[in-house]
Amino acid sequence: MFEASEMKATRDSYGETLVELGKENPDVVVLDADLSSSTKTSLFAEAFPDRFFNVGIAEADMMGIAAGLARSGKIPFASTFAVFASGRAYDQVRQSIAYPGFNVKIVASHGGITVGPDGASHQALEDIALMRVIPGMVVIVPCDATETRLAVRAAARYHGPVYIRLGRAKVPKILRAHDDFEIGKGLVLWPQLDGRGLDDLIEDRQHSNPEEAPFAVCFVACGVTVQPAMEAAEILEAEGISCLVIDMASVKPIDEDLLATAARNSRVIITCEEHSIIGGLGSAVCETVSKTHPIPVIRLGIEDQFGQSGSAEELMEAYGLTSSNFCQQARDFLETWWQFF
Amino acid sequence: MEDSAKESVECTIQRIKETARDIRIHIIEMTCKAGSGHPGGSLSCADIISTLYFGGVLNVKPEEPLWPDRDRFILSKGHAAPALYAALAERGFFSKDILPTLRQFGSPLQGHPDCRQVPGVEVSTGSLGQGLSMGVGMGIAGKLDKKQYRVWVLLGDGECQEGQVWEAAMAASHYKLDNLTAIIDNNHLQIDGRIEDVMNPEPIAEKFKAFGWHVLCVDGHDPCQLLKVFQEASAVKGRPSVVIAETVKGKGVSFMENKKEWHGKAPTPEQAEQAIRELKMLEV
Ligand SMILES: Cc1ncc(C[n+]2csc(CCOP(=O)(O)OP(=O)(O)O)c2C)c(N)n1
Ligand SMILES: [Mg+2]
Repeated sequence: MFEASEMKATRDSYGETLVELGKENPDVVVLDADLSSSTKTSLFAEAFPDRFFNVGIAEADMMGIAAGLARSGKIPFASTFAVFASGRAYDQVRQSIAYPGFNVKIVASHGGITVGPDGASHQALEDIALMRVIPGMVVIVPCDATETRLAVRAAARYHGPVYIRLGRAKVPKILRAHDDFEIGKGLVLWPQLDGRGLDDLIEDRQHSNPEEAPFAVCFVACGVTVQPAMEAAEILEAEGISCLVIDMASVKPIDEDLLATAARNSRVIITCEEHSIIGGLGSAVCETVSKTHPIPVIRLGIEDQFGQSGSAEELMEAYGLTSSNFCQQARDFLETWWQFF
Repeated sequence: MEDSAKESVECTIQRIKETARDIRIHIIEMTCKAGSGHPGGSLSCADIISTLYFGGVLNVKPEEPLWPDRDRFILSKGHAAPALYAALAERGFFSKDILPTLRQFGSPLQGHPDCRQVPGVEVSTGSLGQGLSMGVGMGIAGKLDKKQYRVWVLLGDGECQEGQVWEAAMAASHYKLDNLTAIIDNNHLQIDGRIEDVMNPEPIAEKFKAFGWHVLCVDGHDPCQLLKVFQEASAVKGRPSVVIAETVKGKGVSFMENKKEWHGKAPTPEQAEQAIRELKMLEV
């Protein structure tokens, strides 16, 4: 079901979308801090050299300049690696951009461990947490090139600060032709709804088997973990374990309604993220489910530790961000789930 | 100068040059094997690092890496890790056998230096612009403890665009840290192009002067000159000194010299072979 031929890095899609936006709106300006060839803002720089500002290796300065541009009516997109956008320039993002509510789009590439051999200094495992906790900051983690394009365009339409986290590695195509992205909305990728509502499907299942939860396992993922979550669902379904997979690219605001429905109709939620299990998607899911319909939530991601050098694949394996580990975690839980009640 | 002393200086220079060449060969082999890494900025500082470690400048003990009286060396431009790892291995801090594991899963030789894993690595770097501040901290501690050790910090020229570098420059001068020397690897390139085109930090010498530093300018590929200014820097009293070393990014490998493309790209096996052939033919 996954066509490996359509592999593309989310950062490539970002560069192309910026060029589209540049053509449509003369107020779109782009900033970078000496990483334009990596973040792909170089595509915009070639197309619109007058509206591109490479401030040098000076991330804090870049965020401040972006704030000033936004205050003056521009729509600045500021890009660097996630570790520097969220960490190095944290106070500038907080004080100069978010506090006054300026319309700055921070689009950070090289999030997570799939950065690979550069190692821990360059692997942002805390950026979602850092950005999520800033009042009013929208946080989006797209899973593929299409979703990136939709998210970047949505961010441009939205007025206010937005953080978008992108990756270095090529990822497969996941969104289907009819899928859309909306800030605050999650996307059900599994089972395929084919135009029906999730509620209808749940009702059918409740009707035909009132004893069973409509879904044994609900995976909630974002970014590069969406793909292994989909694979895990396929494997588990073949074993008779029913699954729901939600792509929660909009980590903040999160889709509370969808998560409440998922919680009410699943035995367990398993969150999957290329980020620390502290403060990221898993935490966000717990925060909302704990008030709407508390059920067990297993947070999969990087345990309280720094990353390390290695290939993207080796690191995904080492930190358990694989379909086989997702499956195992689900099976282990389901074997003993009754102990929780 | 007496004949014997003169001879020994010549010996030292010869050792620095030979080791710089070995370091360069290691850099090519390591990045090629890893399939990633930063050959350009590693090659540009090979002579500087060789002079520090093999010119009798740094007083260090490979068998006791955390010896309290050691001179401190901070590679603020952490992406030049291959050059540092090669020098440390050549100096005997650890076996050269592990050099080929650079950047591999499970290796202590992380893409950027990790001081918890590698003996001789003073601090963990990789996020640019932070090394000089740590050097200031070590300089202050040296004064507090009345220690004689010196602190050396190697920075990139692009790195000097980070505001923190200038905050540290102000502090070093304020605290009169004559035990601290900064070295700028002035290769005029950063990732996106020529420094002057991206965000011009020049005139760097005048900036440091204005911040109260003793400024020395030198050919960063000439060990004779480097040794001389390092000695001069060590003798300055009452203020920190900075050595602005004019360098060529990719130095020693014809097809890498002055090419921004070689900042963060590994050579293929064929390219590595050619590079090593060139390096071996260099007269030292
Ligand atoms: C804070 C920070 N921002 C960005 C980077 C990404 N980066 C790595 S090397 C580099 C260019 C460095 O240029 P320069 O300091 O001149 O080093 P050299 O030319 O000696 O390699 C950049 C931007 C980084 N490592 N740290
Ligand atoms: Mg440079």
